Amino acid sequence: MKVVAAMSGGVDSAVAAARAHEAGHEVTGIHLALSRNPKSYRSGARGCCTIEDANDARRAADVIGIPFYVWDLSERFHADVVEDFMDTYAAGQTPNPCLRCNEKIKFAAVLERALALGFDAVATGHYAQLRDGDGGLELHRAVDAGKDQSYVLGVLDEHQLRHSLFPLGDTPKPQVREEAAARGLLVADKPDSHDICFVADGDNAGWLEEKLAERYDDAPFLTPGPIVDEVTGETLGEHRGTYGYTIGQRKGLRLGRPAPDGRPRYVLDIEPVSNTVTVGPRERLAVTRIHGTSPRWCGAPLPTDSGPADVTVQLRAHGAEHRATCLVGAGGAEVTIDLIDPAHGIAPGQAAVIYDGTRVIGSATITRTERAAG
Amino acid sequence: MNDAPTAYLDHAATTPMVEAAVEAMTRQLRDLGNASSLHASGRRARRVVEESRESIAQALGSRPGEVVFTSGGTEADNLALKGLFWQRRSAEPTRSRILASAIEHHAVLDPLEWLAEHEGAILDLVAVDRDGRLDLDAVRRTLEVAPDEIALISVMWANNEVGTLQPLDQVVALAGERGIPVHSDAVQALGVVPVDFAASGLDALSLSGHKIGGPQGVGALVVRREVELTPLLHGGGQERDVRSGTLDVPAIAGFAAAVQAAAQHQATHAARLRTLRARLVTAVQGAVPDAVLNGGEDGLPGIAHFTFPGCEGDSLLMLLDARGIECSTGSACSAGVPQPSHVLLAMGRDPETARSSLRFSLGHTSTEADVDALGAAIGPCVERARAAWA
Repeated sequence: MKVVAAMSGGVDSAVAAARAHEAGHEVTGIHLALSRNPKSYRSGARGCCTIEDANDARRAADVIGIPFYVWDLSERFHADVVEDFMDTYAAGQTPNPCLRCNEKIKFAAVLERALALGFDAVATGHYAQLRDGDGGLELHRAVDAGKDQSYVLGVLDEHQLRHSLFPLGDTPKPQVREEAAARGLLVADKPDSHDICFVADGDNAGWLEEKLAERYDDAPFLTPGPIVDEVTGETLGEHRGTYGYTIGQRKGLRLGRPAPDGRPRYVLDIEPVSNTVTVGPRERLAVTRIHGTSPRWCGAPLPTDSGPADVTVQLRAHGAEHRATCLVGAGGAEVTIDLIDPAHGIAPGQAAVIYDGTRVIGSATITRTERAAG
Repeated sequence: MNDAPTAYLDHAATTPMVEAAVEAMTRQLRDLGNASSLHASGRRARRVVEESRESIAQALGSRPGEVVFTSGGTEADNLALKGLFWQRRSAEPTRSRILASAIEHHAVLDPLEWLAEHEGAILDLVAVDRDGRLDLDAVRRTLEVAPDEIALISVMWANNEVGTLQPLDQVVALAGERGIPVHSDAVQALGVVPVDFAASGLDALSLSGHKIGGPQGVGALVVRREVELTPLLHGGGQERDVRSGTLDVPAIAGFAAAVQAAAQHQATHAARLRTLRARLVTAVQGAVPDAVLNGGEDGLPGIAHFTFPGCEGDSLLMLLDARGIECSTGSACSAGVPQPSHVLLAMGRDPETARSSLRFSLGHTSTEADVDALGAAIGPCVERARAAWA
């Protein structure tokens, strides 16, 4: 196959490209330029947007012995990922930009361009596995549970999966690093990236404060507002703009006085229009029902309007797996997930990724949650 | 992965060394000697440098003392622009404006922007027409507004992307009336059009070794003896104290041999390139009828610059590269992030058109087979690149 290997400049994508090359594919390395002005995004050595990363990717391609180019995806990335990130926070929700990038950029804009240019597939360094199953191609969790990235791939449909390669899914991360060193790839020791690639120095709140002010002139959620106790209705403090808060957050609330019961308070609800952050005790975070919209299926979809299916769900990146039932309704446009045991701190905007064992069935964006009675 | 023989059509980026340069350079590689040393070995090295200087001066119609060796065209441009600006401003503090064409190479534009940002220079970037030729009326107007404020003028001899020759004679005449020094970056011109420093009336001229069949990493600023420059590099005082640093004797020997060959063979070389270019243009326009040739017909004979409507230049470059055909989207960028060419934007093209463009450039090793390989590949590659943009 003719394969485009997306190379971030990190160790995983370098080894993935090397493995695809060694497997006999005709591999071309591609570094995605996601910012027109690399310095404006982040300055550290980690992430995916620096000149240094582009150079690391180029050197890895040299060592592997494959051609290498930079593809400019900056406009698409800004429109589909960065603006979505801002708008989701503005709406009082919590986005997952990595998932959006996979859905809209790596396995959409890049894949479509690659297919049009005569390539057959895109290879990435994601930790996940593709397997041929009874119902066709299946996406499964990686063998390295600690590194598994199937959650952020849960947005890929069958067409996208059919043109994807994940060469690292069967290998634990330490082994990937060893292999990188053995192959002479200089990025073998490069630290993993954890932060959001377009946010400098991991300062999410500072970045949002600056960018949201530019994007939404004088919006209410940019100004301070009340932090209200759900139990007593009292105002316990002042927040600095609702965009800076996430459901389940406990730290950084800076409440002026303790709650009457003396117990810690957690963010329960974010209301950008009334500019209110509601807090309450931990048990009020417990959620038993989740509503999701726009489900995407990694292969065969769950049947619509045919009763709940027994599944497990993951509700945030690197989060726990919860047993649940999933009902597809509204002609396939919505899902309702009933959790067997309550989950805490579930933020609208995040994805609910639905699993059958290790297999990813699909995902939906969380729109609303219902709490446990009482 | 790539079995096709390579058709190298990027000679404006760098061109293979000519045999005379390889011989002259390799002859020096095993010789010991710092050209600044006083003993016999030093004198031997110095002699090579001075003979090289003399032969370059002869080829360019300058005096030997006017040739300042540098690490290449970029350093020559920086030395000319910063050195002249600082010198002129300290002599006459009111002179803080710099006039240049909007289509200069980044080795000129970036130092100018740096001077504007850090040294208070005021830039007058003068417009060009649709073929990339400097608007002389605009130059005249700018000069009339504030003749006493202009420190220097910099206009390239020929543009590196589209090949358009600039009206330097008229620029020099306009500047001369007002006593303003003129610098020109001639790295693309030398060897393909006649370059005579004395006849040009220029005050400073930038040259690069590897664009003319010499080694990379060496070049020169030819600068009139009367012109004072503030140095960029301070140290041992080499090159009339304008450019310190131990001289790279083998590279200078190779550079001199290349300059000599370039001057000697200029007319026949240009004629050969012109014929090949005509073949290339016919082949490309035959395969892609709506391809637009940029820069006019009377520019550098080795450069053919096209816009391929509906194609991303980067996609096309990659597809051609996979078939062993090597070209350029214009000017390279450090991060590899493609930017629409400032040259094409200045020529009145929109960003989309600017990004749909490729430069093919011919040189002394180019053959009809190279051109024909492009002619065979360009049609299908354009078709594919168009599909990728849709």
